[in-house]
Amino acid sequence: MKELIEKLSSKYELQEVVYQRDNLVFAAISKENAIEAVTYLRDYEGYTHLVMMSCVDWIEDGKYQLLYLLHNPKLKNDIGIKVYIDRENPEMVSAHHLWKSVWTYQREMHESFGIVFPGSPRLEENFVVEGWDETPFMRRDFDTHEYAEKTYFPRGNRKTNDPAEYMRKKLYPNQPVTAKQRKDDK
Amino acid sequence: MINKFLGFKPDEKLLPSQTVTEDTEIDLSSHKYQKIWLGPNHPGVTGNMAIELTVQGTTVMRAKTHVGYLHRGFEKLIERRLFVQGFPTSIRMCVAEPDTNEYFIARSTEELSGYADAVPEYANWLRMLSLEMARLAGLLRGVPGQGGTFALGIGVQWGVYLRDLILDRFEELSGARVYHMYIIPGGVRGALPDGFKERMEDNLRDIDDFIIRIKKLMFHNSVFKQRAKGLAVITPEMVDKYGIVGTNARCCGVKRDVRKDNPYLYYDKLDFDPPTATDGDVYSRTWIRWQELIQTVDLIRQIMAKMPKKGDIRCKMPNVLNWKIPKGETYVRLESGRGEMGMYYVTDGSDKPRRINLRGPSYNHAISVLEHMLIGQDVADVHAIMVSLQTCPPEIER
Repeated sequence: MKELIEKLSSKYELQEVVYQRDNLVFAAISKENAIEAVTYLRDYEGYTHLVMMSCVDWIEDGKYQLLYLLHNPKLKNDIGIKVYIDRENPEMVSAHHLWKSVWTYQREMHESFGIVFPGSPRLEENFVVEGWDETPFMRRDFDTHEYAEKTYFPRGNRKTNDPAEYMRKKLYPNQPVTAKQRKDDK
Repeated sequence: MINKFLGFKPDEKLLPSQTVTEDTEIDLSSHKYQKIWLGPNHPGVTGNMAIELTVQGTTVMRAKTHVGYLHRGFEKLIERRLFVQGFPTSIRMCVAEPDTNEYFIARSTEELSGYADAVPEYANWLRMLSLEMARLAGLLRGVPGQGGTFALGIGVQWGVYLRDLILDRFEELSGARVYHMYIIPGGVRGALPDGFKERMEDNLRDIDDFIIRIKKLMFHNSVFKQRAKGLAVITPEMVDKYGIVGTNARCCGVKRDVRKDNPYLYYDKLDFDPPTATDGDVYSRTWIRWQELIQTVDLIRQIMAKMPKKGDIRCKMPNVLNWKIPKGETYVRLESGRGEMGMYYVTDGSDKPRRINLRGPSYNHAISVLEHMLIGQDVADVHAIMVSLQTCPPEIER
């Protein structure tokens, strides 16, 4: 894996290189070079299998992190190419021409994070939610609890138990149980 | 022949074109085409998904997969919960083999918090046993289910009965039948009960009989053979292009199996060779799955013979209610009954995960592959193709 990272870093500027396991490495590449690097890995280094595409919302940094996870079926190892894009104006170059499965991931990310991939087929079609006009639901600033309270009116005479409190009683009976005691713990 | 006798010459332009491709133009206003919705509530559809078919006569011209009927936002809900509280939510992302998701969360959290090597050997063998039992329970529905799409319904009933016996063993092992929550960070929840191996062996003998009977029912049946042979072929070129994994890749000669390629737990200590075929059609996919059924029964016997008699079931872990994991990310994968499954797990140093993302094989199989394969097929074969790809909507919409 080290040879591959050396080769890649001679071509592109790599950041945050982390060897997670013997057969898994993550590296961040700039937005401009990402698709070129992914194409290079697919065509010249044998990373022909796109395992998945994903997105993480780093709201405190004002960035979205996209992930292209590639697998090499011959060497049996994986590389995760990470790309940071601006959260305010989320736009990324489409990779749908590289694999036939990419457009589905991009369509999902468009719906759940609001990221735009110009030219990606069927991007505007609904994926899992229909007629959704709220904040894209996988963003960190979308509060599921608040949405549920607002949309589904509160039902009366309903008792709720805090699962964490219950587990604490069950798993750690000799430790302080009440919220006040827990505060004192800290 | 009859046309020749009557001297009738049909207008070729009005007949369905013989070769339908993705590029064939469709003019819906020409009244030659019809839209049919297959699902979301249809006995032949795998789970709650719908396929919007555009047909001409009985030939499928276009297909679009619609999902979302099961969406409950599991990934989002897990982001709001403590690491250990994510378990009951995660297992609902895959009804057929929920144990896979338990393994992902347990393994990812162990890896990111530095406990990966601390899990006792006995617990790892038990994890493997529970994963293989889940595969067996899935195959007992999946293999006869393929016959069900060609009207061989009796096999499904046999399979469901035997699956129930495996669920009895799960109940014995974990206390639950469908959602077990058996694999937890640091190990498993319980040791093997007394007499478990004997009762399991009894069930496996019943399944051995079933394997022979299902072979006679399906593979010796001329209707099944005629309809399944040559239907919906997957070629080796399609495998990487569409992200095809598991039995669907092995049916056309591409040998991909995570248990062999990236061995996890103690799969390298077991003696097995994943079955492959070369035709890539529905028949060979079913044939491979039937062979996997034999192999899974054998693997469970091997595990029960090779595992230690007793040992620790889990290592000492920190207080799970105040458990903080340092910032990091990982991807953990395993071979499920449907192919490679995996989970991308990101932590940010707090007591909750920053992001989890499940990679299910159906994400590609049920959307890009299915939409491509249905074009030009007969409406009557749509179910067979869908079941042969083992599509499972919960892992698409999570």
